Amino acid sequence: MLRNLILMLLGAVIGITGVVATTPVVEADEQFIPMLVYRTGPYAPSGIPVANGFRDYYTMINNRDGGINGVKITFEECETEYNTKLGVECYEKLKNKGSTGASLVNPFSTGITYQLIPKASVDEVPILSMGYGRTAAADGRVFKWVFNFPTTYWSQASAFIRYVAQQEGGEKNLKGKKIAHVYHNSAYGKEANPTLQALSKKYGYELVLLAVDHPGQEQKATWLQIRRAKPDWVFMSGWGVMNQVAIKEAASIRYPMDHFVGNWWSGSDADVVPAAAGAKGYKSATFHSPTSDYPVHSDIIKHVYGGDMSKAKKNSFGEVLYNRTIVNAMFAVEAIRTAQAKYGNRALTGAEVRWGLENLNITENRLKEMGMEGFTKPVKVSCSDHETGGPIIIQQWDGSKWNIVSDWVSPIREVVRPMVEKAAAAYATENGIKPRSC
Amino acid sequence: MLYRETGQFKISYAADQSVFPIAQDRWFVSLIIVIAIFVIPVLASEYLLQAVMIPLLIFSLAAIGLNLLVGYAGQLSLGTGGFMAVGAYMTYKLTTAFPDINIIIVFLLAGLIAAFVGLIFGIPSLRIKGFYLAVATLASQFFLLWMFNKVAWFYNYNSSGTITAPPREMFGVVITGPMASAETRYLVTLFIVIIFAFIAKNLVRGRLGRSWMAVRDMDIAAEIIGIRPFQTKLIAFAVSSFYCGLAGAMMVFLWLGSAETEAFSINESFNVLFMIIIGGLGSILGSFLGATFIVGLPIFLTNAPQLVGLSMPIDMQKHIEIMMFGSLIIFFLIVEPHGLARLLQILKEKLRLWPFPY
Repeated sequence: MLRNLILMLLGAVIGITGVVATTPVVEADEQFIPMLVYRTGPYAPSGIPVANGFRDYYTMINNRDGGINGVKITFEECETEYNTKLGVECYEKLKNKGSTGASLVNPFSTGITYQLIPKASVDEVPILSMGYGRTAAADGRVFKWVFNFPTTYWSQASAFIRYVAQQEGGEKNLKGKKIAHVYHNSAYGKEANPTLQALSKKYGYELVLLAVDHPGQEQKATWLQIRRAKPDWVFMSGWGVMNQVAIKEAASIRYPMDHFVGNWWSGSDADVVPAAAGAKGYKSATFHSPTSDYPVHSDIIKHVYGGDMSKAKKNSFGEVLYNRTIVNAMFAVEAIRTAQAKYGNRALTGAEVRWGLENLNITENRLKEMGMEGFTKPVKVSCSDHETGGPIIIQQWDGSKWNIVSDWVSPIREVVRPMVEKAAAAYATENGIKPRSC
Repeated sequence: MLYRETGQFKISYAADQSVFPIAQDRWFVSLIIVIAIFVIPVLASEYLLQAVMIPLLIFSLAAIGLNLLVGYAGQLSLGTGGFMAVGAYMTYKLTTAFPDINIIIVFLLAGLIAAFVGLIFGIPSLRIKGFYLAVATLASQFFLLWMFNKVAWFYNYNSSGTITAPPREMFGVVITGPMASAETRYLVTLFIVIIFAFIAKNLVRGRLGRSWMAVRDMDIAAEIIGIRPFQTKLIAFAVSSFYCGLAGAMMVFLWLGSAETEAFSINESFNVLFMIIIGGLGSILGSFLGATFIVGLPIFLTNAPQLVGLSMPIDMQKHIEIMMFGSLIIFFLIVEPHGLARLLQILKEKLRLWPFPY
C-alpha cells in the first residue's frame, strides 16, 4: 500500500505544479509577436506552411535588417490544433509576454478570431485577421481593434460571382444558373452564405448550400447531392483535410474541375496533391502570386536558410499558403514600421501598433522596395474601412503547379459594404458598443 | 495521529447528519474553500484563472452532473455535450430577449430547460440499459448539436452561427462579456460551483440519492422495496441535465465569451465521462479530482518542458503531451480502477493508523 501512497503523492505533485504558470524572460526592447499555430491535428496540412511562413519572414527581417529599424522581432509559437478553446488559452498565455506585451495577433482561425474580438479592445491587442474572421469587422467604426484587409469572405464571394458572370458571358447569363456552396460547417464556412444569398436575389441564380461537418473527412453524402443537383459552378469554403477530400470526391464523380472554385483557404498545394491527376483544372481564389521567384523569396533563402534551397523546400517554402503568410507577416511588419514613424524606433505596445495598422499604406513603390512588386496588390487602410475591398485573382492547378488564369476581379462593393455596415451595427447594439466617428 | 476521529462524539442528530462527520474533513474543506475564495484570486495570474481555474470549476460541475446520472443512478450517458449546449444556447436566447433579468437567474432558467430536454431523452432509459442506453443518449448529442447549427433562431440569425456573451451586470459589477475581469468571473463560477456541489452532496445522501443507488445496484430489487424505477431514472436524467446545462451556460458566459456548436462536440461528452471514470464513479469529490486531472494535466504537460528549461519543436511537444496523457490515464486506471477518489479514501484509512499501523 506504500506504493499506492507514493503514486498518489506523485499525482498530487503533478496536480500542484500543473497550476503554476511560468513566465520565461524575453530580452528588453524587442517587439514580441505571439504565434498561434497548428502543426498537429486534422488542420495541420494547412497549419504547417502558415507557421513556417511567419517564422521565416520574421527571421529574415531580423537577419537581413537587424529587425524593424533596429528593433528585433521575437516570437513564440503555441499549438492550438485549430481548436478555439486551446486558441484562447494560447492567447492568454502569450498576450503579456515581451517587453511591451503582444504587439498584434494573427489567429489564423476564424473560430479563434471570433473568440478574441471581444477581448482585443480590453487587452489592447489588435487582431490582424487577414482575409478571414468576422467580415463585419471591416467596419472600423465598430471594430476599432480588428483588421481584415486586404479583402474579406463577403468581398471574395461577390468577386467569385463576378468571375462566374465573366465566364458565362455577362451578368444577365447568371439567371437560371445553379451555384453550389460547399462549406465547413462552422463560423468560418458560413461566412460567405449571406453574400451568396443576397447576390442570388439580385442576379437570379439558384443557390445550393451544402454543409460539411468538422473535420470534413466524410463527404460522400455531400457529393452525392452535387451529382444529383448538377450545379453549374461549385464554390468551396474548406480548410485543412476537408479540401483534399472534397477535391478527391469531385474527381471521383467526374465533376468538371474548371467549374469547381475554392476560396483562398481551399487552394494550397497540400489540397490538390493527394487527388493527383484528378485535381487538374481545379481553381481557387487568391490575392497574391502562387510563384516564388520574387526578390523577397531569394532573401529568405539567403538569410534564413543560408542558400540551402532543399532545406527551405522541406519547410514548405514556395507553397501557396506559405506565400500567403509572407504577405500576412509583411503586413504585420509594415504596420509596426508605420507606427514607429509616429512613436519612435522602439518596441511598441499593442495600442501603438493598432495605429500603425489603421494608417497602413502599402504603395506599389513600397512593394517594389520590399521585393514584392507584382506579388500582391497595394493596400491602404483607413479608420472606417478595415477591409479595403481588395480584388481577388483566380489560380488554377495544372497538375504540377498553380497558374494565374484570370485578371484581378474586384468585389461588388455596393452590395457588400451596406451588408457589412448592417452586421456591424447589429453587433454594436447587441454588445453595447458606441461606434466612433471617422 | 493527525487524522483520527477518536473523541469526536456526536451528541445531537444534527451532528450525526452533518455532511462531513469528521472534524478534520470539515476543516480541510473549509480551508480549501477559504483559499479558493480569498487567496487564489489575489495571487493567481490572469492566465492561471482564465486557462486553468475557471474551466476546471466548470468541468467539475459538469462532471458532478454526469456522476449523478452515471455514478449514482447507473444510467450510462454520452449526451453531456448536447445538454451543455442546451444550457448555453438557452442562456443566450433568454438573456438577449430579456436583458434585464439577472444573469444568474437566466443560468438557472436555462438549466431548467436543459433538465426538461434531459427528461425527454431519459425516457428510453426504462427500456434500454447499459451500453445500449449510451448509444441512445448519443443520439441526443448529435441531434441537439445539429439543431443548434441548423435552426438560425437559436443564434439570433447572425451570419456565423456563433453565440456571444453580452455584458451583464450584477450589483453594479460586470460579470459576463469581455469587460468582466478574470477575478470576477472566477469568483462567480466558484460560488455557483460551491452551492451546487453542496446541493449534490446532500441529494445523494438523501432519499433521492439512495433510491438512485438502489436502482443502480439492482433495479428489480429496488422496485420490490417500493422505488418506482421510471420516475427515479427520469429525475436522475433531469437533475443531471440541469447540472450539465448550467455548466454549459457558464462555459460560454463565464469562460469562453463566445462559442459555436463545435465547443460542445462529442469530444466534450467523452472528456466529462473520462473525468468521472478517472475521478471515481459515485463520488462528488471524485468529480473534482477527475476534472483537475483532465483539465489540468494537458496544460501542465504543455508548460512542463519550459519549466525545466527544455525547448523543443511545438509539434513534438504536443505529440509527447498526447502520449504522456494517454499513458497516465492507463497508469492511474491500473493503479486504482475505482478512481482517484478511492485512492484518497485509502490514504485516509492509512492516516488513521499512522504512525503505528498494525
